[in-house]
Amino acid sequence: MTALTHDRIGAHPPHEHAHGPTGLMRWVTTTNHKDIGTMYLIFSFIMFLSGGVMALTIRAELFKPGLQVVEPEFFNQLTTMHGLVMVFGAIMPAFVGFANWMIPLMIGASDMAFARMNNWSFWLLPPAAILLLGSFFVPGGATAAGWTLYAPLSVQMGMGMDLAIFAIHIMGVSSIMGAINIVVTILNMRAPGMNMMRMPLFCWTWLITAYLLIAVMPVLAGAVTMILTDRHFGTSFFNAAGGGDPVMYQHIFWFFGHPEVYIMILPAFGIVSQIIPTFSRKPLFGYASMVYATASIAILSFTVWAHHMFTTGMPAVGQLFFMYATMLIAVPTGVKVFNWVATMWRGSLSFETPMLWATGFIFVFTMGGFTGLICAIAPIDIQLQDTYYVVAHFHYVLVAGSLFALFAGAYYWLPKWTGHMPNEFIGKLHFWCSMVFFNITFFPMHFLGLAGMPRRIPDYALQFADFNAMASIGAFGFGLSQLIFLVAVVKCIRGGKQAAAQSWEGAEGLEWTVPSPAPHHTFEDAPVLART
Amino acid sequence: MSETFERYFVPQPSKFPILGAAALLLFGSGAAMWVNKVGAGPWIFFCGIAILIYMLFGWFGQVVRESEGGLYGRQVGKSFRWSMGWFIFSEVMFFAAFFGALFYVRVLALPALSTGENEALLWQGFSGAWPSSGPRVADAFTPMGAWGIPAINTLILLSSGATLTWAHYGLLKGKRSQLKLGLLVTILLGAIFLSLQAYEYTHAYAELNLRLDSGIYGSTFYLLTGFHGLHVTVGAIMLTVMLFRSIAGHFTPEHHFGFEAAAWYWHFVDVVWLFLFVVVYWL
Ligand code: HEM
Ligand SMILES: [Cu+2]
Repeated sequence: MTALTHDRIGAHPPHEHAHGPTGLMRWVTTTNHKDIGTMYLIFSFIMFLSGGVMALTIRAELFKPGLQVVEPEFFNQLTTMHGLVMVFGAIMPAFVGFANWMIPLMIGASDMAFARMNNWSFWLLPPAAILLLGSFFVPGGATAAGWTLYAPLSVQMGMGMDLAIFAIHIMGVSSIMGAINIVVTILNMRAPGMNMMRMPLFCWTWLITAYLLIAVMPVLAGAVTMILTDRHFGTSFFNAAGGGDPVMYQHIFWFFGHPEVYIMILPAFGIVSQIIPTFSRKPLFGYASMVYATASIAILSFTVWAHHMFTTGMPAVGQLFFMYATMLIAVPTGVKVFNWVATMWRGSLSFETPMLWATGFIFVFTMGGFTGLICAIAPIDIQLQDTYYVVAHFHYVLVAGSLFALFAGAYYWLPKWTGHMPNEFIGKLHFWCSMVFFNITFFPMHFLGLAGMPRRIPDYALQFADFNAMASIGAFGFGLSQLIFLVAVVKCIRGGKQAAAQSWEGAEGLEWTVPSPAPHHTFEDAPVLART
Repeated sequence: MSETFERYFVPQPSKFPILGAAALLLFGSGAAMWVNKVGAGPWIFFCGIAILIYMLFGWFGQVVRESEGGLYGRQVGKSFRWSMGWFIFSEVMFFAAFFGALFYVRVLALPALSTGENEALLWQGFSGAWPSSGPRVADAFTPMGAWGIPAINTLILLSSGATLTWAHYGLLKGKRSQLKLGLLVTILLGAIFLSLQAYEYTHAYAELNLRLDSGIYGSTFYLLTGFHGLHVTVGAIMLTVMLFRSIAGHFTPEHHFGFEAAAWYWHFVDVVWLFLFVVVYWL
């Protein structure tokens, strides 16, 4: 993994893109992986803010018992749309944005394997977002069936549900094309000498994520198609009177859904595995075991889906199987956490903003992993299912896991994208505010859940009031803290300390051999890697 | 410069993706309006389809020109092969969802509905035996037998796989007329398959009272065979394009990925049919 050098840099003057449209049309028609990566990142941040506004409305309603801010029907729409927007609009596209920007730079490829299709993958997302967000304004409002769209609720909703179904179809098409593009780029576009076991871990995690996407997005498409035909064409997939079964929906959905959560975390693992070695000034501990751990997580993730269904009816053997299989996944996850910590062990550590986020990630994500293990124990989960405990669990893994890793990666690669170092003070402020407010928001939810507060509910019993007030205050703090990120990025684009090609002292890898900001075209001729 | 160092082809900026995005926006919103009986729905929907067709023609046309213009090196060819393989894998998983549903209702849902408390309290006398339209869908129907049209269709599709391979041999050996004839016969067999399938559907509706809303049997039967039929249609269109390209003199024995992709797709559709024949019609 070390000493990646190449001798072709500067052999070609940076391309003037004299050809091709300018202005808005440049972005609309572009086939450049960097442009497309940037658009993915901007899109996902916009979706993050819109999903965030929904979350804050939810928290405003839950600030105290009783109904104050929104109607219960609208509240249900908000929880549903918040989940859908965050999962499909914010987290997933953000990671694809990173993949677009970084994978060609990391493996020494001139672009993604299918540059035109790459553009289509991105430009399918705004239409999907229009359908999804537009569904708030149709008669009956947006779907309120929960982001899991369980039947029979989802069979009963109004037109908002149909818009959500088609939005999911379009996002699915986008994800599958994006994933195929990434797989092919990694398998076929590596520079000579960049063999698989030399690839940066981010590429490995994305390769495996892309495989998961290709495997499960079509299953989700099938599930929502069945809902659509049940709704409008008289089929009975989820209707017991016709011989179908609503529980079957849950099986199909979670066959997609559990791999989906790994789709949202594996690239995060990849980003963190790039950052920790840089700021420990040591190679990653246990590179090969990281690769194998990622692969085994991916394979196991197909065998655990029914841990989301312990209370919906399953034979005891089924419960046992899914319980043990789920707990088995914690082993490779543990391997990863161990390796990150072992990388830091006796490293010459420094805590610039990206490292701060990555270290923070290890702490809080691991807590989410532990609560996951607790949920995995069937007899315990029967108490916890559909309570705030589960809400706490998945926000620890998704916000403190995926989102924190995204921020870590953004601060880490901003120099490469903009040519300027991000402002350390602002970055650190963003980190500490997020870290503190995140925990104020979500830690009390564990207690709420253990005490029995159900999730997806606009009103609650009085004894839950204090912790809910706390969570709401934390949520507004967290929401405002994200504006700091906007400031940090805008400032970094506008100016700041000039970034060197190798922007961070300990940073290794091909992406740090090209100038900062990375020229529009890089590695048009494959770099030649030194033998190791 | 050796082969491996030849530059990878990166296309120029293109207007087709954004057209495709607009098409799917119209397609999705139009369909959502249509199923909710909003007047403009079908119009918007078909606008979307029209733009999509225009886009596909333009885009694939450009790809063909680039390919024939020799812009694609060996490495690009490899990318295409990988991507087609992964695309077919995604299609396999799409069908897996529906096969999974069929398996689930037959092995788990129906037995559960017809035993224990469900049988005692809810659906008395419901046997749960396959084929079933469930305990409460009133109209009786006759299930589709396996040994009439479906068996003939199996033979047709299997022979179409053989004729396609024969065409491929023709291409490899430079026998262009064998290539064209093989493709033509394959497409005709596909068309016969589809017509028989259409006839089977009308027969099912008219005489067997087997409808899309005939409970779970109708649901799984029509969605599985319907999506398969859609894929046969797409495959036949792909092969037709390949036939026209062959007539126009495209493809060489070394360089004919478009043909191969269409052939892989056709074989995939074949294999899906074999599973369909066994679990939907026969067992
Ligand atoms: C050690 C690893 C993990 C284990 C053992 C685990 C286990 C579980 C279990 C058993 C549940 C179901 C709880 C219930 O509904 O009663 C659950 C829910 C959930 N988990 Fe995890 N999990 C792990 C990691 C993750 C990761 C990495 C993510 C995402 C990045 C994630 C996202 C979610 C989500 C979104 C839900 C809730 C879905 C819903 O009902 O809406 N989990 N987890
Ligand atoms: Cu899960």
